Amino acid sequence: MNAERISSPRDLDELRKRIINQRQENKTIITICAGTGCLACGCEPVASAFKTALQQSGLDKEVEVRTTGCHGFCERGPLVVIQPQGIFYQRTKPSDVKMIVERTIKKGELVDRLLYRDPQTNEVIVHEKDIPFYKRQMRLVFGKNGFMDPTSINDYIALGGYQALARALTAMQPEEIIDEVKKSGLRGRGGGGFPTGKKWASCRKAQGSPKYVICNADEGDPGAFMDRSLLEGNPHSVIEGMVIGAYAIGSNDGYVYVRNEYPLAVKNLSIAIKAAREHGLLGKDILGTGFGFDIEVSRGGGAFVCGESTALMASLEGRTGEPRAKYIHTVDAGLWNKPSNLNNVETWANVPLIIERGADWYAGIGTASSKGTKVFALTGKVNNTGLVEVPMGITLREILYGIGGGVPGNKKFKAVQTGGPSGGTLIVEREWQLDQKKAPQYKSIPKDEEAMSLIDLPVDFEELTRVGSMMGSGGMIVMDEDSCMVDVAKYFLNFLQEESCGKCLPCREGIRIMLKILTRISEGAGKTEDIALLEEMSRAIADTSLCDLGRSAPNPIMSTIRYFRSEYQAHIIDKRCPAGVCKELVSHAIDNNCNGCHACFKPCPTDAIIGTIRQLHTIDQDKCIQCGACYQICKFDAIRRVKRGEGGEIQRKAQEVWKPKTKTQPAAMA
Amino acid sequence: MIKTNEVRQSTDRAIDEIVDRYGAKPNALIMILQDVQKHHRYLSRDDLKSVAGKMNIPLAQIYGVATYYKSFSLKPKGKNHICVCTGTACHVRLAQVIIEKFETDLKIKAGQSTPDMEFSLETVNCLGACALGPLVTANEVYFGNMNATKVDKLLARLKGKEIEEKAEEEAA
Repeated sequence: MNAERISSPRDLDELRKRIINQRQENKTIITICAGTGCLACGCEPVASAFKTALQQSGLDKEVEVRTTGCHGFCERGPLVVIQPQGIFYQRTKPSDVKMIVERTIKKGELVDRLLYRDPQTNEVIVHEKDIPFYKRQMRLVFGKNGFMDPTSINDYIALGGYQALARALTAMQPEEIIDEVKKSGLRGRGGGGFPTGKKWASCRKAQGSPKYVICNADEGDPGAFMDRSLLEGNPHSVIEGMVIGAYAIGSNDGYVYVRNEYPLAVKNLSIAIKAAREHGLLGKDILGTGFGFDIEVSRGGGAFVCGESTALMASLEGRTGEPRAKYIHTVDAGLWNKPSNLNNVETWANVPLIIERGADWYAGIGTASSKGTKVFALTGKVNNTGLVEVPMGITLREILYGIGGGVPGNKKFKAVQTGGPSGGTLIVEREWQLDQKKAPQYKSIPKDEEAMSLIDLPVDFEELTRVGSMMGSGGMIVMDEDSCMVDVAKYFLNFLQEESCGKCLPCREGIRIMLKILTRISEGAGKTEDIALLEEMSRAIADTSLCDLGRSAPNPIMSTIRYFRSEYQAHIIDKRCPAGVCKELVSHAIDNNCNGCHACFKPCPTDAIIGTIRQLHTIDQDKCIQCGACYQICKFDAIRRVKRGEGGEIQRKAQEVWKPKTKTQPAAMA
Repeated sequence: MIKTNEVRQSTDRAIDEIVDRYGAKPNALIMILQDVQKHHRYLSRDDLKSVAGKMNIPLAQIYGVATYYKSFSLKPKGKNHICVCTGTACHVRLAQVIIEKFETDLKIKAGQSTPDMEFSLETVNCLGACALGPLVTANEVYFGNMNATKVDKLLARLKGKEIEEKAEEEAA
């Protein structure tokens, strides 16, 4: 990389022109997604296979291979997109590379086998932009991800990067920038949704120096990974946002606090910071304006509570990450007791867009109180998992069906969990409710809750809070009828119990006791008064905890009780887990759907499965430990999870009616 | 005894190098400890003492940090490090089954190491590749969409790899 220093906005323009001129127009570029998701699927061998194949055919001068940041469609990785046409190949293997080079690159033909096929309509789609997963998104923050090599500052500059910075530093006063951000309506993307402009203004006004600008990349929510993806895929946009913010606030020192579990993010960010320094976009005298600002990367130690601002700052100081009460705001006294402005990765990445295209444009996207786009990590029981960027105010239906492509198999959506452990689990569809007929007998279920479905809920800060969840950092975990809501609440409480720092009593002891009650319920030993007790404790913990981890800890319980009270009651009164998850209440059994593929035989840890190939299998009810390994592996919906003690009956019936299946499809051993 | 002294000295030299790289600033403490840990896959009492001396930070504070954060271990870890993700997305895709499978096969609980120090099994809150759950990393390599059969294959591979290495050593 040529370490040429850019000392004015004109230099930046000239460099950009030069980079673009050096590159051939309409050159074929093979972009390969190299986010952590695709790396896990094996994109590296694919990339090197392309390089070898192109060299062998003597095309390595005309065709460029570019490993890019995350494209978002992790489900289908490794992803290969051939630009400028935008031909989209999915689940590419190194063995496919030769064919792509021979047919697509040389002859311009398509390799049908690797194209995306819509699971709902079965239609074959050629171009990336036409795939429903991408078509319904609005990719602004992630817009450049698929086109640039994150380790190349030239790629970023060629795509118009650092133009917003040049504009902010030379044509705008710090107050103007803050006004612009205020006007755009940008709110913190880390969870709380605090207006970013307002925070900047208070930090600018605060007495004391130096002032610190901090980027929170300690993305702790299990099930959210947009910050990792942004730092891996487009680290320069975060750096650019931070420099603009630092100029507006009047700070010269910045920190990025990033999770140690994200090695690639740390690596790409460090490369980007180094390149920005060499180009005079960080450090002293940025773009020849006299303004100086530099960024240090700090790796976190893996504590969820360090996502909380005061805990994060304690951790940055090299102490244990315990939060403190915030009657003095961090903008007045934060890191080393100095004024500190902390924003999340995604918030910082939004800043250059606002400066570049203007606050009015930005404020035109979204709802009355939530502006712009939000990136969600769509995961769990949904066909198209991955990162999706959508305008605020989009409905859950649009996200789950339009982009997510519905639920796999013949199952139904049951719930969506947003906001991580601090958020809530929302009911999505009612039809799954196996308990419908039984519901009236649990008299305490209010009528309106029974009929509730939130599939058409517009997703923004206010709406999510109103229904008892929160935006959080944007995790969206989809659950189908196989997920038990008591188990989900138990899962989050267990997580929070481990992650509670232990400083204040309501959080430390309260969560432990609530977890004990939930465990009791899931084991069939719940008492009728347990639900009321959980509700009462939830209110007390929410009111009296020191930090947001404790204050929001009851959300997973409150929301599941609110929407799935009947499921709690089924556990307590009926000693039954309707979803078949809670081990102590469930039996596994094989029904008539079994075609004798034998795939479940080996995974069983206790040898409880009896049967030979092409014959009906059964589960020895005494040996079975209800681990669910067979359930996970069965592709024919033959494993049933029923009330404890009812398994034997199902297997007896199956034995009476079962006939060898005429078309035996031996299941591919997964 | 002489040998352990030599090991200690070389570790101390490595610690000096690490501390010099970051500078003895308190805000680098977590990163310094992480890098020190890479040496023996855990932090020993002597490691903590060396870091405290070198950085001029009270040992009590270093012990506090080393026991507070999840990324540190004060117990030795096995040669092969298996980490099962228990993030929400992995949980709803039955990560528990994967953990139990490893636990039965390796005859240890999550958080423990096998007596021969070949394997250690851990759980992690989230690895950030949620779309591929349930997810496992073995020696920092990602394995997505896991199930019980794949666990068998993975363990066989890890054990096999070792045998290959031994065979190579013997051949050499």
